[in-house]
Amino acid sequence: MSDTLREIEELAEASYEYGFSTDLDTDIAPPGLTEDTVRLISAKKDEPDWLLDWRLRAFEAWQSMDEPDWAKLEIKPIDYQALSYWAAPKSKPVLDSMDDVDPEIRDMFDKLGIPLHEQKMLSNVAVDAIVDSVSVVTTFKETLAEAGVIFCSFSEAVQDHPELVREHLGSVVPVRDNFFAALNSAVFSDGSFCYIPTGVRCPMELSTYFRINSMNTGQFERTLIIADDDSHVSYLEGCTAPQRDENQLHAAVVELVAKDRAEIKYSTVQNWYPGDKNGVGGIYNFVTKRGRAHTDAKISWTQVETGSAITWKYPSVILQGDRSVGEFYSVALSSKHQQADTGSKMIHIGADTTSSIISKGISTGHGQNTYRGLVKVLRSGENARNYTQCDSLLLGSDCGAHTIPYIEVKNPTARVEHEASTSTVGEEQLYYCRQRGMSEEDAMSMIVNGFCREVFDELPMEFAVEAQRLLSMSLEGSVG
Amino acid sequence: MLHVENLTASIGGTPILKGLDLTVGAGEVHAIMGPNGSGKSTLAHSLAGRDGYEIGGTATLDGADLLDMEPEARAAAGLFIGFQYPVEIPGVNNMYFLRTALNSVRRARGETEIGARDFLAVAQEAMDLVEMKQDFLNRSVNSGFSGGEKKRNEILQMAVLKPRLAVLDETDSGLDIDALQIIAAGVNALRDPERSVIMITHYQRLLDYIKPDFVHVLVDGRIVTSGDHTLALHLDDHGYGDYLNHELDDAPGRPLSGAAL
Repeated sequence: MSDTLREIEELAEASYEYGFSTDLDTDIAPPGLTEDTVRLISAKKDEPDWLLDWRLRAFEAWQSMDEPDWAKLEIKPIDYQALSYWAAPKSKPVLDSMDDVDPEIRDMFDKLGIPLHEQKMLSNVAVDAIVDSVSVVTTFKETLAEAGVIFCSFSEAVQDHPELVREHLGSVVPVRDNFFAALNSAVFSDGSFCYIPTGVRCPMELSTYFRINSMNTGQFERTLIIADDDSHVSYLEGCTAPQRDENQLHAAVVELVAKDRAEIKYSTVQNWYPGDKNGVGGIYNFVTKRGRAHTDAKISWTQVETGSAITWKYPSVILQGDRSVGEFYSVALSSKHQQADTGSKMIHIGADTTSSIISKGISTGHGQNTYRGLVKVLRSGENARNYTQCDSLLLGSDCGAHTIPYIEVKNPTARVEHEASTSTVGEEQLYYCRQRGMSEEDAMSMIVNGFCREVFDELPMEFAVEAQRLLSMSLEGSVG
Repeated sequence: MLHVENLTASIGGTPILKGLDLTVGAGEVHAIMGPNGSGKSTLAHSLAGRDGYEIGGTATLDGADLLDMEPEARAAAGLFIGFQYPVEIPGVNNMYFLRTALNSVRRARGETEIGARDFLAVAQEAMDLVEMKQDFLNRSVNSGFSGGEKKRNEILQMAVLKPRLAVLDETDSGLDIDALQIIAAGVNALRDPERSVIMITHYQRLLDYIKPDFVHVLVDGRIVTSGDHTLALHLDDHGYGDYLNHELDDAPGRPLSGAAL
């Protein structure tokens, strides 16, 4: 047994005084959130004092904050004391080889279509697999290390690269940024960390796969990606959760730092459990994603969101350096009783900065889809440019689409364009396809996929296929 | 092939087709002419199964009861409509659309689906027929197409789907003479002893290029007279005025075997 393993065993033994219960498969904390919980998480992870202090500052801030109530979302009250803030698969998470992965975890990812055996994997994608709160395996570490790329779980990064973490953690999303970011900062469990050194083009796609497994557990991951000068990385994120009757809380924070002339492309396919057709269960997804683009840097967010009962998410770019570029491409589907309030923020600080926002909202069933976006040009944002296009598609008569753009321009040379459209899938289109022999469902799926084309084209190939399949599956039964 | 008897169609209680009879044999080309609002397009959509009509009477294609089928089943049975106003489907690749359509029909008929590579050959042949360039297949279905391109795309689809019966609804409208000739050449190339065509048109012009075996005049929801292609020439000279009051004395020709009046 390794030293780390023994330490964890000892912690688990000692955990009675902290109220931990341990069962055979999952190490799970009892419900409740106090300063002790924060200390406990930090101790479990053997964190340095500076990080514990940082968490405690966040916790203190969180206690004085209120949940945001401005979104167009109807949310049942969340009892933060009824949740558990730590859950980990019992087998030792940090592994040296794929063969060490718990077969049950491997099976779970196989079922999800994410094979963790290196020989079966997509040869150009490295995966960090996160179950509940803990990273269970990171693939292709050695290949990446040869290029100088650091790709590991957040916990490992804290141990192995503390200076990088300390410098950048909270530099884009400060602990007081918002209620959910503060909560995440206090209790975040794990996540992915990525550093691309100067001048390096990351040799493969990096991917994190999130899975919520345990009941009554909040999931709080923290992702930090740092692309040093002149580097390039494409990062993929996938999410699923099992079907449960109660709502589960997911509050993640993602921070991106693109230094001079660096480029980060961040893609998400989010398929958290959306709840059943009566609106029972499903994930509450409150996510803060933000990037800081330095001089001549580029940050691009692409997301396909089909899951979650509640989505509250505004991936943003702070265009700090001159000539930096921010992009946001989004498809958000709200079916059943799903509610999505999502969009983007582009903050133009530097001169000659450009941003574009392409948002495609699809509502069906009783789904409610709101685009909420902010384009802000500061006085320093000379010649800033933004183009925003929001298209909404309505399928059925019980759903809704809303577009709420905020535009604040403090520099007269800036140019900001906003276009919006709302359409329904026309009877004419369906009839045309059916006359050519397609079933109504196939026709619907084809038309909706066509509507999303501009966004799918931005996704890496494997993800684009996955996204189309997901969308078709999510649309099943929305015809007629 | 196609037998239509006493076909009625109304929208929201307003009758449009008022008892239409039509028989089309294998390999025949029929033209249906008539003034605006006489029910020409309604005939096409009634056969194709578009929502929104209350339908009566019977229509069979090769003995199968069309009126009892979903639109996609009618397509699989071999019915093709060349639309007057083909709809745009943004973001859907024309080639992908065509292949999905062809494979849907093949599946419904219990045939094997056709792979991407084999399909390319099928599509190429069809494109040559209507003189289209390769990039046409990579554009979105009808999106930003000119009027002429949309109509050519309809004939392209017909060439790929190889229907038993094609109903071309005002395929000639809005075309310049060059486009008209291309489309006529395409339709003529697709004439076959096993394939029938119904051309719905306002004008004689198209019939100069695609010579019909039979011409029918549709007025106020009924076929009021039928004849050979000379009937169309007569209409071109005299208009439909003769028929609006059901005065048939001046019309040449009598109902022929193709039309059960």
